[in-house]
Amino acid sequence: MSRLPDEHGPLVPLPMRGQAAQVATVIIQPTHGWASLQLGAVWEYRELLFFLVWRDIKVRYKQTALGIAWIILQPLLSTAIFTVIFGMLLGAPSQGAPYALFALAALVPWQYFSGSLTRVGTSLVNSAHLITKVYFPRLIIPLSGVISTLLDFAIGFVILVLMLVVYRVPPSFNMLWLPGFLLLAILTALGFGLWLAALNVRYRDVNYLIPFLLQIGMYITPVVYGSTLIPERYRFLLALNPMTGVVEGFRWSLLGGLSPAFTAPGPLFGVSVCITGVVLVGGLLFFRATERTFADII
Amino acid sequence: MSDIAVRVENLGKMYCIGRAQQRHDTLRDAIAAGLGSLRPGSTSHEETIWALKDVSFEVRRGEVLGVIGRNGAGKSTLLKILSRITEPTTGRAEIHGRVGSLLEVGTGFHPELTGRENIYLNGAILGMRRTEIARGFDEIVAFAEIDKFLDTPVKHYSSGMYVRLAFAVAAHLDPEILLVDEVLAVGDARFQERCLGKMGQVAQAGRTVLFVSHNLASIQTLCPRVILLQGGCASDDGGADQVIANYLGQMHSKSLQPLAVRGDRGGSGEARIVSASVASRDSGQAALRTGCPVSFRFEADRSRPGMSIQFTIYNAYGRAVANFNSALRGSEDITLELVTSHFECHLDELNLAPGSYRVNVALLADRIMLDHVEAALMFEVSPGVVRGRPINSPLGGGDAILPHRWEVPR
Repeated sequence: MSRLPDEHGPLVPLPMRGQAAQVATVIIQPTHGWASLQLGAVWEYRELLFFLVWRDIKVRYKQTALGIAWIILQPLLSTAIFTVIFGMLLGAPSQGAPYALFALAALVPWQYFSGSLTRVGTSLVNSAHLITKVYFPRLIIPLSGVISTLLDFAIGFVILVLMLVVYRVPPSFNMLWLPGFLLLAILTALGFGLWLAALNVRYRDVNYLIPFLLQIGMYITPVVYGSTLIPERYRFLLALNPMTGVVEGFRWSLLGGLSPAFTAPGPLFGVSVCITGVVLVGGLLFFRATERTFADII
Repeated sequence: MSDIAVRVENLGKMYCIGRAQQRHDTLRDAIAAGLGSLRPGSTSHEETIWALKDVSFEVRRGEVLGVIGRNGAGKSTLLKILSRITEPTTGRAEIHGRVGSLLEVGTGFHPELTGRENIYLNGAILGMRRTEIARGFDEIVAFAEIDKFLDTPVKHYSSGMYVRLAFAVAAHLDPEILLVDEVLAVGDARFQERCLGKMGQVAQAGRTVLFVSHNLASIQTLCPRVILLQGGCASDDGGADQVIANYLGQMHSKSLQPLAVRGDRGGSGEARIVSASVASRDSGQAALRTGCPVSFRFEADRSRPGMSIQFTIYNAYGRAVANFNSALRGSEDITLELVTSHFECHLDELNLAPGSYRVNVALLADRIMLDHVEAALMFEVSPGVVRGRPINSPLGGGDAILPHRWEVPR
């Protein structure tokens, strides 16, 4: 049965919010222009973030008959379909690795990205009832989106590891870089998601736009093919899409032992990181600047 | 350290109606509007409305302040600004102390989660620490009287249980400043009483409370001081009895103005109610008495296909007593298919206790509100007789006298 996390063990007592002996004072007045990011306020509300993530995860599979099996089926079915269509029928090159493994190593981070982006992009609109009734730093909502999707990622990753064992892929130290690639995927999803979420409050077109963008994204990211398929001089174009760096990074860390065709992240990876940085910081600023009108127009 | 808990200075909030109407707008509209404003001759002035204007007041620590006013007077906007949900356009507010705001009961409740899970979730949303919730948990469950259903998803709860649980969580929020918006308008009478009791306790414990409500009776019981908002401005501020009396007096004088010229109305304005009256149909008896046959008459300035009228009778304390809707028709009603601008509603007996009442009227067509006037009509009911029973004074409870008959059980 459902049990709350704090029933498992003692909790570290938390200090009272922003006050001890002296009274907290809040000044309410109109703000103009670019607001500060107020990341401190987000930290103060970390418990709410925790509960929203916990609610998301609980609710998501509560009414589905297969429950957690859906998270397992999603990457497996996609891998099977891609293996048949691209690997077998079209004979897409897989750089010396079994195509199924080649595809799954990219699909797990890609599906995390696509799930997160969808969740974050629609998060504000789906939480309209909270936004119009309670105050909290609005950034909590998109953050809970990228965090709760990590559960799906973790399950997908376990399947991926099982596949690696089945195919007897030798592990390598490259794997130590995986958390970095995952972080890049999280920040990329958050960065683009913040833009979409804030725009969605004003323009509901974004709801229709997201699946469309993701479909395009899937093909401009080397998920079903490898970036070696693209002539060397055009590869920088692929790097403009930060998910290229993530996907290629995942393949290199996991399958690098199979073939030297999986190359370590080079300067092009730096381009991916920079683009994510720009999108994320821009997204945060845009989100904060439009946040003050959310409750009025949502 | 001052003893002021809330200080509000020239607070104002402007809404663009133009923007509000295109809130589900699409990029195409935005582009079209952008092009439109480039066209010569088209002015792009957005219609704006000040939901709140130049409101200033102070609330001392431990004071319980009531805020009253008609719909759209700015009460909710004020609470939303003080709760930091929306930003003011002008002015500023200072709040000294931890704020708990209850703009609705059960914010963030999830139907799939159990009562236990929702207590934690809702508590966190209202700003409680996990440790605080854990400490108050048993008390919350006891107050809500749901201990048997603690591990049942709340979607299986009755609406009463749902509201009780939601209020119980909120009531155990322990802020220094509590902002409450009419949440007591839910639940059964016994529960409402307990909620009011809880609110009274909160007030007595030295907490500062800002209480917004339509229910003048509960405002009068709970709040020694009351602010009246009208058209976004604080038009009266003082002792509860005096402010409420003035407010009711104003409503009365408003209703004496000819309806056709009153400007304080809502709706699209495509048609307007120009007259509203009630008259006794008792021959030779002009006064409205309890139990006498009466007719309500309404007239609109034009007719529209499918137009219907709705009116609600409120008692002196702002509690709704009865609602009448010309769109709900039975075999006794004249079919109003023909387009008409006159409406007449007959009551064979006026089953209302003696006292004063007011009537809000709305004109609708295709579920669009054409016109809406609050206190379009005020009337006094004098003591009278219902089916042979003399009714002389206000009833022990409620304002309606339902037709009934006493018998000795066989």
